Amino acid sequence: MGQGIAQILVYTVVLLALAYPLGTYMAWVYSDRFRAPRWLAAPEKGFLRLVGAGTSEHDWKSYAKTALGFMAVFAVLLYLLLRLQGHLPLNPDGMKGVLPDISMNTTASFITNTNWQYYGGEFTMSYLSQMVGLAVQNFVSAALGMAVLAAVIRGFARRSRRELGNFWVDLYRSLVYILLPLSLVVGAILISQGVVQTFSGHATAHTLEGATQTIARGPAASQIAIKQLGTNGGGFFNSNSAVPFENPTGFTNFLEAICILLIPAAQVFMFGRMIALRRQALPLLGAMLAMFLIGVAILLPAEQHGSQVLRASGVNITQGQGQSGGNMSDKEVRFGIANTALWATATTNASNGSVNGGHDALTATGGAVPIVNMFTGEVIFGGVGSGLYGMFFYVIIAVFVAGLMVGRTPEYLGKKIEAREIKIAAVGALFVPTIVLLFTAISVVTGHGLASIYNPGAHGFSEALYAYDSQANNNGSAFAGYGATEFSALAGTIVLWLGRFVPLIAALAIGGSLAQKRVSPPSAGTFRTDGVTFGVLVVGVIVLTAGLMIFPALSLGPIVEALS
Amino acid sequence: MTRVLGRSVVAVVLCTLVFGLAYPLLLTGFAQAFFSGKANGSLLDLNGRVVGSKLVAQGFAGAKYFHPRPSATSPAYNAGATTFANLGPTNPDLAKAVRQRARAILKLEGPYNPGLTVGDIPVDAVTTSGSGIDPEISPANAQLQAARVSSVRGLSKQRVLDLVGKYTAGRSWDFFGEPGVNVLELNLALDREAAS
Repeated sequence: MGQGIAQILVYTVVLLALAYPLGTYMAWVYSDRFRAPRWLAAPEKGFLRLVGAGTSEHDWKSYAKTALGFMAVFAVLLYLLLRLQGHLPLNPDGMKGVLPDISMNTTASFITNTNWQYYGGEFTMSYLSQMVGLAVQNFVSAALGMAVLAAVIRGFARRSRRELGNFWVDLYRSLVYILLPLSLVVGAILISQGVVQTFSGHATAHTLEGATQTIARGPAASQIAIKQLGTNGGGFFNSNSAVPFENPTGFTNFLEAICILLIPAAQVFMFGRMIALRRQALPLLGAMLAMFLIGVAILLPAEQHGSQVLRASGVNITQGQGQSGGNMSDKEVRFGIANTALWATATTNASNGSVNGGHDALTATGGAVPIVNMFTGEVIFGGVGSGLYGMFFYVIIAVFVAGLMVGRTPEYLGKKIEAREIKIAAVGALFVPTIVLLFTAISVVTGHGLASIYNPGAHGFSEALYAYDSQANNNGSAFAGYGATEFSALAGTIVLWLGRFVPLIAALAIGGSLAQKRVSPPSAGTFRTDGVTFGVLVVGVIVLTAGLMIFPALSLGPIVEALS
Repeated sequence: MTRVLGRSVVAVVLCTLVFGLAYPLLLTGFAQAFFSGKANGSLLDLNGRVVGSKLVAQGFAGAKYFHPRPSATSPAYNAGATTFANLGPTNPDLAKAVRQRARAILKLEGPYNPGLTVGDIPVDAVTTSGSGIDPEISPANAQLQAARVSSVRGLSKQRVLDLVGKYTAGRSWDFFGEPGVNVLELNLALDREAAS
């Protein structure tokens, strides 16, 4: 396992080494000091003029309204595109229109940065749908989260103001100065390593034993770059990043895994810069890093130990002598156990949801890690933007708890945290876990969701739990045996929308409320939020809220399975 | 709100043009100009005919060939519809499938590997891959099959093992990922060897 652990440690170090400069850059991009070079400033001005927006700033309500209106227009168009793709160009393999319930679920899924897929890309979507519909959303839904985070952080940084920023400016800068250049670089590297990028339809091969093999391909690299960077996760192919055309080598796997957490990690550094109190970001970074490493430390040995079935079968699952051993079900040889465990952790820490191996086949203990990761509300680095603004809910609750313990008015960054903020933060932190449990319960108790379940016994319950956990938290990975029915597609659509926009609006409301407050200088009695104690407290709050809520459900699924 | 929607429509059109068309076109242009072989699927030719892709497993049943890992796609090794098997860690169907695959391997490889037991079968040989088209097998799996292939083909085992070594992709930069043997490339090389 030593070599695998070394890969994971190198991953962590490289991630932080890249995230720091990127965070510094992003803080600059969102600041008033930002001045683009002239050849870049002209398109930005042009965009704002065409949109007719101007550069005046929005208060939190009009920021939220603009963001929601923009996404609503996109949602309508995406739905129509999916339904009508059969009559539209760029469809060399002759795909038919997507069914209504699947189109609704897919629209919600991509607008909300989730990319839950109740369909297989290579046999459902035309190239036009993949590019103009889905890949565009990979950019836009990510940029929405990034813009909202920038606005919320301004709420922490500003004093006695109502405005949080201009939505269109934040959107443009997220898209053009951050996501686009990164995607071009990553896409080009992936292409050089063997990821397909072509407009030709499928290839036909005549195999050595005389059969005919149809090989699906397409413009995949451009979509994979952004689906990894923008915590989207929706694969070009059904088996996602397990497919060699998406992820051909150990190196591409490393790069794609870095991209999963790169922007979310950079945003923690960005936060420190934007509030001009860099030490304040460290406890949050520490909390995220600790929870990430704990997840890997549980998942990796569980997978290496192997599943009950494989252990009982007597085949050789020992690592070494030319194999990585362990639970190789639904995993690829070139990634082995360590890289699949790392990916499964990272992709559910972030709200990415791409996978390089099948999660349904994870061991009981291994499979519990993604479920818990997602259930925290995707705050362990989390989705681009949404991860950190989700973390702020826990931060505010932690500050409140600390205030109760020391008997003082809770303060964060010099601002008084009052009843209004605490109430909103509680809604932000508890709403999504609640709908996860509610919809899981409805789906299994009423029986409507039973037809979706693929595996027997406790594992089948885990599939249902995973499905709503993943969709409500906008992750998108799956215990992929869980299949589409009309009920599951529509129930999924509801939790997708609620899971994205309730926390998003709550975060903006907190930002708007904090922006208006004055800052009081720290005194000897101020509870410090820049040290190890606070980091531990934040983790404690997450464990106490999310952990206790998920525990009963875990004991019906993974825990029963682990003990059987 | 109507003003927001009007602005949104314009923004949607612009985003679609840039990220839906210009961005993938730019990368496709780059790919086709500099990496056309890889960008079109790393296809492998034999006498001018496409026989497969370096990155896609294909079915091999004959005793003279190395066999890829099991596949959950329908039919097996369907590169037009990749999928996981999605069988949970305690699923009886998984137990049954693994048992059957192990039995088949013992029957196939046993005559060439005296004393072969279930405990000698590498786990990747009895488990489906993630994509269903994993082009590689573990070096241990190739070791196991080498005895049969060399015997059926009348090649020395050393020669077969040399070829296995030649088509084993190590870790990227000797560090990232795990080593694997490319089955199609290896089988092509064996056929070339027989032809020459």
